[in-house]
Amino acid sequence: MTTIVEARGLTKRYRGITAVDHVDFQITRNTITGLLGRNGAGKTTLMHLLTGQEFATSGTITVAGESPVENPRVLQHTCFIKESQRYPDDFKPKHVFAAAPGFFPNWDADFAHELAKEFRLPIDRRIKKLSRGQLSSVGIIVGLAARAPITIFDEPYLGLDAIARQNFYDRLLADYAAHPRTVILSTHLIDEVADLLEHALVIDDGRILIDSPVDALRAHAATIAGPAEAVERVVASLDVIHRERLGGFVSATVAGLTEQVTRDARAAGLEVGPVSLQQLIIRQTGGSPTDHEEVTR
Amino acid sequence: MDDGRPIFLQIAALIERQIIDGSLPEGEQVPSINEFAAFHRINPATALKGITLLVDAGVLYKRRGIGMFVADGARDRLINDRRARFTTEYVQPLLAEGASLGLDAAALIDLIRKESTS
Repeated sequence: MTTIVEARGLTKRYRGITAVDHVDFQITRNTITGLLGRNGAGKTTLMHLLTGQEFATSGTITVAGESPVENPRVLQHTCFIKESQRYPDDFKPKHVFAAAPGFFPNWDADFAHELAKEFRLPIDRRIKKLSRGQLSSVGIIVGLAARAPITIFDEPYLGLDAIARQNFYDRLLADYAAHPRTVILSTHLIDEVADLLEHALVIDDGRILIDSPVDALRAHAATIAGPAEAVERVVASLDVIHRERLGGFVSATVAGLTEQVTRDARAAGLEVGPVSLQQLIIRQTGGSPTDHEEVTR
Repeated sequence: MDDGRPIFLQIAALIERQIIDGSLPEGEQVPSINEFAAFHRINPATALKGITLLVDAGVLYKRRGIGMFVADGARDRLINDRRARFTTEYVQPLLAEGASLGLDAAALIDLIRKESTS
């Protein structure tokens, strides 16, 4: 387990707005990490910092121990697929694929063409004539066929339907299994990708809110529901991240669950239910405004 | 797949069930990590964790360079484990639910008799 990306005290400010606020995290080599959070949380800024497209205001971010800024040793190993990737207007997808080996030493042209067929991408049509979904397919194909040691997808599927997205996830998993690499997937479709992820980084308001293996998150979170008094007794020692009430009935979403608590809750006749990664993140990033939000408003 | 438990536990439970119901006989090769990952659409590291759990428990064994196989005696061992947990997982909840509805042990036994003969 070696670290490939490391951020320390990383901060990015734009004219009074703190987009990334003093964050520390590490990404393990050859894992799939989800970079999750609401729109405007700082995900894209973080990816720009990671790919050397922005300078940090303070703090550091390193990739394989080096700063990514204007560093060809890092950048030739990185493939960053943006939400709205721009290409020269007169380009056709086949031109994009033909140029790709110049940027990505591991480029697999056969794989790219196979994917183009699968995504029904007309490779001979001008980019500006492509639909939104077809444009997204170009990015996805480049991201997969580049086989870059660090592959970053930032909401890569605008305009793609559910079938094409599933196709993308299946291809990503299969190709990742065959050619392990570090994948960072930024998305707000959390439930769709939850099972693909090994690690989740949740960012909210420029700060890292959750930095955990996905398995551990699922194992230690649950919803405990039943009569208010009994629920409160069981959850007293836990971190309650959300509470809903309906008369005398309470449903509490908790973190830090242990087997003992689960047993106690069941013995007390309470319902112990699963919390999906998406619910967990909504609970932690939504809800009532915090002091922090008040300040930045 | 989703019953709230971590996915790797669900993968392990699924393989255990297949061994118990005989669809994965002892000595048979189980699918590879990547096959599990692709089939269930999960991260390969998660599939590996589930399989490792069963290897550590002696249910599966590794043959270097070939793959993973169901160990001899795995089925009996799993059935014994399940029986040991049957009380806490099925009988106690049944008694608790019965009690909350005013059904005592004798009434539950009657119900079980009736159901198993019908």
